[in-house]
Amino acid sequence: MTALRVLAAMSGGVDSAVAAARAAEAGHEVTGVHLALSANPTSYRTGARGCCTLEDARDARRAADVIGIPFYVWDMAERFAADVVDDFVAEYARGNTPNPCLRCNEKIKFAAVLDRAVALGFDAVCTGHHARLVPVEDRESGDSAGPLAGGLTGQVRLARSADPAKDQSYVLGVLTAAQLSRAMFPLGDSTKVQVRAEAARRGLAVAEKPDSHDVCFIADGDTQGFLTSKLGASPGPIVDHDGQVVGSHQGSYGFTIGQRRGLRIGSPAADGRARYVLDIEPVSGTVRVGPPELLDVDEIVAVRPVWSGRAPSSEPMAAEVQLRAHGETFPATCWLDDGSLRIRLERPARGVARGQAAVLYDGDTVLGSGTISQTALADAALPVSARS
Amino acid sequence: MVNLESASDRHKAAGRLAPGTPVYLDHAATTPMLPEALAAMVAELVHTGNPSSLHNAGRRARRVVEESREQIALAFGARPSEVVFTSGGTEADNLAVKGLFWARQSGPRPRRRVLATAIEHHAVLDSVQWLGEHQNADVEWLSVDSAGLLSPEVLRAAIERDPDSVALVSVMWANNEVGAVQPITRLAEVAAEFGIPFHSDAVQAAGQLPVSLAASGATALTVTGHKIGGPVGAGALLLARGVDPVPVLHGGGQERDVRSGTLDTAAIRAFAVAVEHATARRDEHAARIGQLRDNLVDRILSIVPDAILNGPAPGEHRLPGNAHFSFPGCEGDALLMLLDAKGVACSTGSACTAGVAQPSHVLLAMGADKFRARGSLRFTFGRTSTQADVDALGTVIGEVVERARRAVRQAAPPAAASQAGPIAAAAAS
Ligand SMILES: Cc1ncc(COP(=O)(O)O)c(C=O)c1O
Repeated sequence: MTALRVLAAMSGGVDSAVAAARAAEAGHEVTGVHLALSANPTSYRTGARGCCTLEDARDARRAADVIGIPFYVWDMAERFAADVVDDFVAEYARGNTPNPCLRCNEKIKFAAVLDRAVALGFDAVCTGHHARLVPVEDRESGDSAGPLAGGLTGQVRLARSADPAKDQSYVLGVLTAAQLSRAMFPLGDSTKVQVRAEAARRGLAVAEKPDSHDVCFIADGDTQGFLTSKLGASPGPIVDHDGQVVGSHQGSYGFTIGQRRGLRIGSPAADGRARYVLDIEPVSGTVRVGPPELLDVDEIVAVRPVWSGRAPSSEPMAAEVQLRAHGETFPATCWLDDGSLRIRLERPARGVARGQAAVLYDGDTVLGSGTISQTALADAALPVSARS
Repeated sequence: MVNLESASDRHKAAGRLAPGTPVYLDHAATTPMLPEALAAMVAELVHTGNPSSLHNAGRRARRVVEESREQIALAFGARPSEVVFTSGGTEADNLAVKGLFWARQSGPRPRRRVLATAIEHHAVLDSVQWLGEHQNADVEWLSVDSAGLLSPEVLRAAIERDPDSVALVSVMWANNEVGAVQPITRLAEVAAEFGIPFHSDAVQAAGQLPVSLAASGATALTVTGHKIGGPVGAGALLLARGVDPVPVLHGGGQERDVRSGTLDTAAIRAFAVAVEHATARRDEHAARIGQLRDNLVDRILSIVPDAILNGPAPGEHRLPGNAHFSFPGCEGDALLMLLDAKGVACSTGSACTAGVAQPSHVLLAMGADKFRARGSLRFTFGRTSTQADVDALGTVIGEVVERARRAVRQAAPPAAASQAGPIAAAAAS
């Protein structure tokens, strides 16, 4: 194997620390880089775990010192604000439900950071994501994809982690084949328990550090409050599926399709059953609610498709589709239509939110993804959430 | 994907350190300890004794401290009683700025104006700022010219607006980033004309220039050990007799009641050895590192013709051991990383916030734009520097600058192009 120049993105958490350690141990020339994503990283917050506190930067530096690799902080705050935070707010304002981790992988870690790294002479970016990259035999040339064959490392496929509970292939489904060819995910074959044990064995102080769950740029975990501070209050009606106004809200962007809690509908619905958010109409500020069966959809349009490997032909193909992080998969038929990805599910899915990614799998392997823009139920008289 | 399997050739640091010794061009950050100072410190650490104690062990320690004080006083044109030991430059600066300001608040009319240049080290800059924000000081930043120099006329004009309201003036002797050497004697003279205390941070000047409390006419001078071959953690405020700043540290009343705390005998001993050594060889040392610096400037300008030497032209207004460049189209932190990977240690010169380099306040005060302030690097020479260091930098600087430029160029159209393959690019439209 040739030693590669590897940039290890180190968040200050246990996963990226062990990933960097493994890459270094494998003989690569590894440099740790912590991405400063907050414009004002002045706090030593406790409680909420993120990836942009001073404490996280310190933890990352400490881990790099223990591993014995150079370490730098890269200021990505401007790019992060524009490509992730502003996008997050704008998507909510449009009535969509964005996934900022996915956007960060797509625009920051494997775009801005990767591009800068390559320009500065690095071969690859290594992260602590729980997902696998598996070399693909190159059938045309008959060569097996050696580490430096074809481009950097030859064809690879992105596959689920060995630890199903921690699998992060979904949030990597937005990466192109070119991006994946310069990625390194050393943790894909390990479980989280193994990673923590290894961190302890390696003397990494972050071994016991809790996982991050919250949106890293919302310090207190209050997404609703964050959006209100950015978008201001904009009251509107909550309307039942039959058109009856059943309540009001302070901002339609606070809702997600499929949401049940926090609707604060005063009186019980006429049929006495629970109400769920069916749709959000940001222009009129209307939030439509209804019984759960109206949340069922089996037709999905996803825009901006991205392929992890080769692009498929225009023929319909069978795949399993995952519609949210840690969600179940649905068997489906997919095809490309005028640049968009069309997905027909074999059985309906409930509560599919616009703005989330639809990631296509073939078994464990990620095929590609698109951003959900429309959903409908083929047999229903009324599509509950169809707009372009 | 990148193969993670066992490396056949496991040169872990392959390509990281250039063969040979690392090249240390960051003496303004800290210097290697002088072997004699190290030996003196280790020898002293063996002994027990608090210099304030009255018994034999205490007397022994006291003798070491007082001999050291006398050596340092002699080297810096002060009387022994004018040497106030501190934990270093930061503490001495805090004591001078805050202590002198507070001392000037008693009396018939409180004096609230604090005059300092906009290019001070953060130990002065932030102390002054703090006085403004929390102690009702009226802060006035004295502007410098594009080379970083303060004209005595600018100081005079600022004072003359209302001489009686000025609490103190603080102007650093030599700037730690761009090496600008101020006309300290003339500036101190202006302050003295109005009876205003004048402090100067001489941390970078000491060891390269003749720093003298008496000859300069300053009220107080800051010096520190680790920039001249001494240990970190020992420094001094040279404080003219009869000047009594209000203490920052209260306690046992050591050091003229101005700076309490048990003295670090071993560190003070080593500090004095370093000062004595540096003073004895100062002119010869300055000439030698000045030549290395001139050579480095020529080399860089011939290899990177559009590089800009920031600060005064080499000569009497610039520290001999300082070179500071802006490399147009580069980011300083990328340059630093690439040079580090080649075994060359230097600095962007400016402060960091959580590891993120901030545009230098010094360059901004000199009128540089944000981009020039960001793409800068400082190279500083010291006792252990050799021509080989200059040669090593000369060998790599060209390719490093070229690489750093590529990184900036390719980042220019945000998000576009990137690594996205043709499929994604087509689909994204
Ligand atoms: C001009 C100047 N003043 C003060 C200091 C602080 O000195 P010390 O590190 O001894 O606290 C430094 C060192 O960084 C300096 O360069």
